[in-house]
Amino acid sequence: MIARTAFALGGVAALTAPLWIANPYYLHVLIMAGIFTILALSLNLLLGYTGQLSLGHAAFFGIGAYTSALLTLPPVEVSFWIALPAAAATSGLAGWAIGRLALKLRGAYFVLVTISFAGVISLVSINWMPLTNGPLGLPGVPPPTVGPWTLRTKTAYWYVVLVAATLAYVVCHRLVASRIGRALVALRENEALAQSVGIDGTRYLVLAAVVSAAMAGVGGSLYAHYTRFVSPEVFLFSYTVTMVIMVIAGGQGTLAGPVVGALLFTALPEALREAIAWQWQMLAYGVVLILCVFFLPRGIVPTVTGAARSLRTAGGPFKMRRGSDTPE
Amino acid sequence: MEELLQHLVNGLVLGGTYALLGIGLTLIFGLMSVVNFAHGEFYTLGAYAAFASLALTGLPFFVALLVAIAVGGALGALTERALLRPLRGHSIDTVMLVMIGVWIAMQNSELLIWGGVARSIPHPFPTAPLSLGPLNIAPLRLFVVVTAAALIGLAWLVIQKTRLGTAMRATFQDRDTAALMGVPIGRIHTITFAFGSALAAAAGALLGPVFLAYPSMGDLASLKAFSVVILGGLGNLAGATVGGLLLGVAEELGAGYVSSGYRDAVGFVAIILVLLFRPAGLFARAERIG
Repeated sequence: MIARTAFALGGVAALTAPLWIANPYYLHVLIMAGIFTILALSLNLLLGYTGQLSLGHAAFFGIGAYTSALLTLPPVEVSFWIALPAAAATSGLAGWAIGRLALKLRGAYFVLVTISFAGVISLVSINWMPLTNGPLGLPGVPPPTVGPWTLRTKTAYWYVVLVAATLAYVVCHRLVASRIGRALVALRENEALAQSVGIDGTRYLVLAAVVSAAMAGVGGSLYAHYTRFVSPEVFLFSYTVTMVIMVIAGGQGTLAGPVVGALLFTALPEALREAIAWQWQMLAYGVVLILCVFFLPRGIVPTVTGAARSLRTAGGPFKMRRGSDTPE
Repeated sequence: MEELLQHLVNGLVLGGTYALLGIGLTLIFGLMSVVNFAHGEFYTLGAYAAFASLALTGLPFFVALLVAIAVGGALGALTERALLRPLRGHSIDTVMLVMIGVWIAMQNSELLIWGGVARSIPHPFPTAPLSLGPLNIAPLRLFVVVTAAALIGLAWLVIQKTRLGTAMRATFQDRDTAALMGVPIGRIHTITFAFGSALAAAAGALLGPVFLAYPSMGDLASLKAFSVVILGGLGNLAGATVGGLLLGVAEELGAGYVSSGYRDAVGFVAIILVLLFRPAGLFARAERIG
């Protein structure tokens, strides 16, 4: 009930946002929150549902951004609507390759392979001058067009991002509620047991990696056409860190968690921007991550819904729901 | 031929410090099952501690190195006591998240304290290279490689020949049995983390004057330390030493003969290939320490 009301209110607020947000800067923050929602949902698919932490997620974001930019810039110059799925496909392909190779490994080793992959890709983007223009980046990425209209305004772009973020949420929702999602959770909880009842571990994990990477690629494409500029900075580790914080603080292994995390950690730094320098923000991210592990191991959303549930059944025995990161 | 020899010498100088970094990390990883993503930050800390003592207080170079080691060890012990001890028994992923938090927090504290500008660390050695036949080596680099070798030897002695080292090796082999035999596991963990961090700080203080000190220098150092550990095998000290030298030489050859822009890719590619094809490390028959 509470969830449904919150959902409806959030939907109405999102749809009417350009009407009551007069300041274009706030709309910009909202667009970035939308893009980060897609990225956080994408990371959550791996981290929350398979338990594998990808610390190279900025690579899939960056691959999407570069693919989309290169396809819409001369000499190719295809439409945004072709470049966007192409970006998803290229990132998905990279996710498949990394998944096939690295998901033989688990835990820390998987983390290291994903970091290394992101490191190599970032070096390629700096050094492959003829393709990527090196550290100077690719300026002049065109905005999307619909028929005769060019979606230059923030209002128009907000709706593009909103549709994409909603689609990302629906994809995650369908995937998690399906047989695949149950298989992933089974693998996360007890891989040997899941294998023994016939779940092909590697196949499902690779599938999750492909979908996750493709979603990050969509995020990259939307980012490229919004900022109209792509440089090796899209591979910065701080993007990955931001995604990790959003998922961990919001609540990994839940659908609403990454959304709440993305909104919170895009809005909060912007709200504090006047008062606090960027370096303090990153420092705070590190501290927040540590505090979350100690005091909010399940994240904001599961903690809040758990508290609401125990309030409603007040008097009854308070049962802990098994969170995804409950210490064993 | 002479060029090749020169690359090999440069690679060994670099590799000596990589080995120092790797030994610290392999101890922490192997003994405590902590994936220490903050390892490179202790390297940065060492470089800045050396910078502070040399540039601000004018201490002699050798004393600055000791200061860096002491600061690294002290902060390492503090980190272990404050953050890792309460999480003992938690899953390795939970601890990994905390260490990622420490990494981000330490790096941005350094950025706040020292600013983003790269600092050059003064050193007393003459800049004119020493010539040994066809080879040239800067006196500073010679000092770096000799000190690194001495520290590696010292670490080896501590682990193989002392009571503390025996306790560390016992904890690595079987934590529960070691605890039953009266080894104070908590204290061994604190000492191990402090020891590993001190070695990383030493590497930073040694390489800092060769290159420059800047807040994000630890990122690459962490990744190189991980490459070394993975090349050498988990908890394998000899493996980490050889792995460090190997990585240094491979980078130097890659930069010299392939492309200098891809120098840092050597470590990344090494991690990927070794983990995929020889996950136990290049030299390991079984996981062991010592």
